[in-house]
Amino acid sequence: MPLTLDQVKHVAKLANLPLSENEEEKYTQQLSAVLEYIYQLNTIDTEDVEPTYNVSRKSNVLAPDVAEECLSQEEALANVPKNEKGFFVTKGVFQEE
Amino acid sequence: MDITSLTLVETLKSLKEKKFSKAELNKAYLARIDEFNDKFNAFLDVQRDSDGIPAAVKSLISTKGIRTCAGSKIIEDYKPPFNATVIEKLKANGVSVVGKTNQDEFAMGSSGENSAFGPTKNPWDITKVSGGSSSGSAAAVAAHLCVFSLGTDTGGSIRQPASLCGVVGLKPSYGRVSRYGAIAMASSLDQIGPLTKSVEDAALVLEWISGPDGKDSNCHPEIFSGYKTVRSQNKFGMTDEENLKNLKIGVPKEFFGKGLDKNVETVINNAIKQLEKLGAEIVSVSLPHSEFSIAAYYVLMPSEVSSNLARFDGIRFGKTRDKFGGESKRRIMLGTFALSSGYYDAYFTKAAKVRTLIMEDFDKAFDIVDVIVGPVSPTVAWDIGAKTEDPLAMYLSDIYTVPGNLAGLCGLSIPCGFADNLPVGLQILGKQFDESTIFRVGYAFEQATNWHKRKPVL
Repeated sequence: MPLTLDQVKHVAKLANLPLSENEEEKYTQQLSAVLEYIYQLNTIDTEDVEPTYNVSRKSNVLAPDVAEECLSQEEALANVPKNEKGFFVTKGVFQEE
Repeated sequence: MDITSLTLVETLKSLKEKKFSKAELNKAYLARIDEFNDKFNAFLDVQRDSDGIPAAVKSLISTKGIRTCAGSKIIEDYKPPFNATVIEKLKANGVSVVGKTNQDEFAMGSSGENSAFGPTKNPWDITKVSGGSSSGSAAAVAAHLCVFSLGTDTGGSIRQPASLCGVVGLKPSYGRVSRYGAIAMASSLDQIGPLTKSVEDAALVLEWISGPDGKDSNCHPEIFSGYKTVRSQNKFGMTDEENLKNLKIGVPKEFFGKGLDKNVETVINNAIKQLEKLGAEIVSVSLPHSEFSIAAYYVLMPSEVSSNLARFDGIRFGKTRDKFGGESKRRIMLGTFALSSGYYDAYFTKAAKVRTLIMEDFDKAFDIVDVIVGPVSPTVAWDIGAKTEDPLAMYLSDIYTVPGNLAGLCGLSIPCGFADNLPVGLQILGKQFDESTIFRVGYAFEQATNWHKRKPVL
C-alpha cells in the first residue's frame, strides 16, 4: 500500500517530527517501499494465532512500594537545556502554537 | 610481550602473576588508541583516567559523568547522572571504561554509517563498513584498542559487526542482562552483550553482567554461572572427535537461500563440517516463517522505537527533534504509522502474531536439536556508502540475526573463516537461557581452528 504525501505529513505531526519538504517527499517514497515489503505478512494465515508482545510473557511485575534514593535536583537538572530557578522549562500547554 | 593482543582471561592471569600492572595495561591500550583511533573512528570519547581492566562501551549505555551520545546530535552533550547496571557490575569486577564507542544513531543501522559522527571503518579494510549498530565496539576489539567491549543487540547489532570485524559477539537471551541504563530502542528485543577476543572471554563477561537488579522487570532471576564449565566440558586437542559428541546441531535450510553470498556459504559449510568432525550430529531443520522475520521486525521494532524516542523532547535533556538523523526519523515515522488509528491491527497485531509463529518454529526445531547454526550475515563487510541510499537493502542484511531477537534466543557469532580476505562469522543460536550450550559449541570450534588467531594488519 503506497503512502500519500498527505499521510506522511499527518504521521509526522503525530510523531512531533518536524520534516522538511524534501524529507516529506523522500519518506513518502521510501516508507511506501518498506510497507510494500511488509505487505507479505498478509499472505500468512494468523486466524487462530495469539500475538506475542514480549517473549518473557510476564505482565504486571510489581515492586515493593518503598521510597528509594533518587537523583538530587541538581543531578536531575544537569542536562536541562533551559533551567529556570531549578525547574524544567516546557512549552505552555494552553498557549496557541 | 604485546599486552594488547591478550584476551581478557589471559590479561587477568598476567595481572595475577604480576607480569604487568593495571597502570601498564591502561598505558598500552591508551597508546594504541592514540595511534589508531583516527584511522577507524571506533571511539567517540576516550577516558584517560581508566585504571581497571580497560573495556570499551557502546555510547548507547549510560556512564555516569561520561558523555553518552548514542551516536546522535540530539544528545550530543548528554552526560548521564547515573551508571547503567552493567557498568556497576563491571566496576565491581575491576573493569573500567576506557572509552565510549561509535555506533549507528540510537542503535539503528547495520553498517555504522548512521552515526552522526561519521562511520566506523573496518580494521580489516578501511574502505569497508564495520557492520552495526555496535560498530565501534566491534572495531575496537578487532583492532585491539580494548580488552573487550559491550554492545547492544536488537536485531543483530552485536553479532553482525562481530562477524564483519572477525571477533566474538554474544547476544544473551532476552532477560539475561538488565537493560537498565541502556537507552531504549525496541524494549521487547534489546539486549546488552559482550564483544570479545575469545569465546571464553564472552562467557566470563556474561557471568559478570548477568542477573537481576530490580530495575528491569524482564530480567531473569538467575545469574549466568557457566563460565567455568566452558573449559571443563571440552577436551583439548585438534584431533579430538569427542568434544561435541551427543550434541545435535540444526542447520535451517532457510538460512542458505537466495541472497547468501556463495563465498560466505562455502565458509559456513566448511565450519559445519568442522563441527561434525568434533563429534556433533548435523541435522537439517526448517524454520518456515523465518523468511517473514524482517517484515514482522520492521513493524514491531519501529513501533517500539517511535514510542521510546518520544522521550527526546528537548525539555529534560538534549536538543529539539529536528536533530534526529535520517534513519531515526524514518523509523519513528514507520512506527507512528503502524500504531496509528485504523492501522494498528493490520500492522502491529498482525506482526505480533507472526512473531508467535516464528517462535513456534524455533520451539519445534529445539525439540530435535540442541543448537542451530548458520551464517550471521549474508555477505562480508561491504563498501562504505554502498547501501546508504536503499534502506530496504540495508534492512535485509539482518535477515539471519533478527529471528533470534524476535524469539528471545541467545546467539553467538564466532570467527569461522574468510571470504574475499574479509572475516566471516558463524552464528550459533541456542534456546532462551541456554548460553552454556552455545559457548560449548563455540569454544570447541575455536579450540579446533585457528581463524580467531588471524588479526588485521593495521
